[in-house]
Amino acid sequence: MKLSYIKTLLDADILTGEENAVFEKTEIHTACGCDLMSDVLAFVKDQSLLLTGLINPQVIRTAEMMDIVAICFVRGKVPPQEVIELAKDRGIALITTKLPLYLACGELYKEGLGGKKSAETL
Amino acid sequence: MLKHYDISGTDFSVAGEASSNFKVVLKKLGISPDIVRRVSIAMYEAEINTVVHGGGGECDAEVLDGCVKIVFKDDGPGIENVELAMQEGYSTASDTVRELGFGAGMGLPNIKKYTDDMKIETQVGVGTKITLIVNL
Repeated sequence: MKLSYIKTLLDADILTGEENAVFEKTEIHTACGCDLMSDVLAFVKDQSLLLTGLINPQVIRTAEMMDIVAICFVRGKVPPQEVIELAKDRGIALITTKLPLYLACGELYKEGLGGKKSAETL
Repeated sequence: MLKHYDISGTDFSVAGEASSNFKVVLKKLGISPDIVRRVSIAMYEAEINTVVHGGGGECDAEVLDGCVKIVFKDDGPGIENVELAMQEGYSTASDTVRELGFGAGMGLPNIKKYTDDMKIETQVGVGTKITLIVNL
């Protein structure tokens, strides 16, 4: 699923600048909705999107370590500017939606974006 | 090739910078993405532990023939019961750390999962040294 389509489905705003070209070409294969960074770190996925209500720098760091390509903040949350800058520097796309975590995940799942069911790792 | 990092115990916002820096180094060396990711995740969890439990410390990370070796050392309180600390879900982290998305009791189990070898040397009141090995 294209990141641009995810943005449309969640009626989300882009936080990392006007990057329509990036959003058009970024393909997302799996997603993960989680506020526990250690749980995110427990399950490796490729080309994935993280949906979270946390907005501290460790969210970006976690995404960086996992090669997560995009983060969607839920419940209308917007991280501080330094967190946005860190994401830009690491090439991670940020969007924000007014939907709560459960509904945002539900919308994407309904449209066919799956997650990972098992604890299978590298 | 050895990289040395000082790990701050007071500024949680920079926790992960050593892991971030070393990930770039590994990528530049042309090491396979799967190995880079395993090293990065394990190193990041260990770095977070050094910050939140060890009160800061130091890290030596190096690429050797056949493996990547990372050592974190701190002069913190030490781990009272290593076996218990290794259990998924067990954590002694503060509420502040939990609010940041950590302290779920997954740190050491995650490190063990992503490394080929992990050694913990710890003494209560003296500190902790953790050695991580990921084979190339």
